[in-house]
Amino acid sequence: MKVYSIYILNKAGGLIYQNDVNPGLNRLSANDYLVLAGTLHGVHAIAAKVTPTINGKEVATNEYPNNQNAILLASGKLQDSNSNKSGLQSIETDLFNLYIFQTLTGIKFILITSPNPVVHNLQQINREVANKGELNKQYAQANEIFKHLYIIYSDYVMKDPFYSLDMPIKSSLFDTKVKEIV
Amino acid sequence: MSKSSKYNGDDIWKNNVEKINSELFTLTYGSVVAQLCRDFNNNYHEVNNQLDKMGYNIGLRLIEEFLAKTGVRRCQTFRETSEIISKIGFKIFLNIVPTIENWSSDNKTCSLILPEPNPLTEFVELPITTDSKISKELWYSQILCGVLRGALQMVQLDVDVNFVKDVLRGDDRTEIRLKLNKVLKDEIPAGED
Repeated sequence: MKVYSIYILNKAGGLIYQNDVNPGLNRLSANDYLVLAGTLHGVHAIAAKVTPTINGKEVATNEYPNNQNAILLASGKLQDSNSNKSGLQSIETDLFNLYIFQTLTGIKFILITSPNPVVHNLQQINREVANKGELNKQYAQANEIFKHLYIIYSDYVMKDPFYSLDMPIKSSLFDTKVKEIV
Repeated sequence: MSKSSKYNGDDIWKNNVEKINSELFTLTYGSVVAQLCRDFNNNYHEVNNQLDKMGYNIGLRLIEEFLAKTGVRRCQTFRETSEIISKIGFKIFLNIVPTIENWSSDNKTCSLILPEPNPLTEFVELPITTDSKISKELWYSQILCGVLRGALQMVQLDVDVNFVKDVLRGDDRTEIRLKLNKVLKDEIPAGED
């Protein structure tokens, strides 16, 4: 999986960071990036509204257990910090994939990556299975990147005394660290 | 689940957070408080305010590191919140685990009892002989209240935090009072529960 681009959105949906870490996407104008960010923010919120529920209650999944805090308290081990449970999580196309990670404070991290690899040599029947495995793998890889991204964000952005909250991130140190993890 | 762990945040505290010499920390904080007392001519109410404000600004930022390094989810009750603050929050940042007591009947107010020695006050002795009002007015560790208030605000909890007792002042224990005013439901980001 190749990561093309990383966006960070503040809790109001404003784009505060955009970095094309690998070439592959067309450049947009600065204004278009803001529009794109705002659109994703809106679609994510709408998706959260239309997510199906059972008897008005959301369904707990393995990825988003309801008792994560209890697990954390019992094990003392780092848990997944993605709180994006019912909003838009990923978009998959033939040309790119897009993943959305949201923190409890409402910040969104967005990754645009290369698409799921196409499997040619397998028989038609196995194709779906093989693709699904690959798909989950890429989803897991994206989550791994998000985890590191959030940690370096909390270190190199939040601990910069001259950074003002919710404003665009212009830190070359952060840029360097981002490049290191992708 | 590791049986050897004494406290719940142990694993994260050991492996995931940066540590510094505790004396450096204690002495730096001490010089900040002492300088504030000089700057404000021993107006201790103002010193408390300043410390609280500094803590608040720290809390607004510190919450991200806390979430990134623990993966805590939104708590369902304030009791759960207090447990997370004590067993995970205080543990990973200060390596202490305050006890939680004195719950009000509506479950919205409780006390955190800081164990001794409080890492902020290890070498501190208030100069009561030269300045008698200091032990009545200064809350030496007030910054902690600000940190808690700021951090909780970022996860949409409006909480009042203040000291009611401090061993430094001659009290029997160091006690922080937490009062949940309300959960800012409108500001909870879409896509959670």
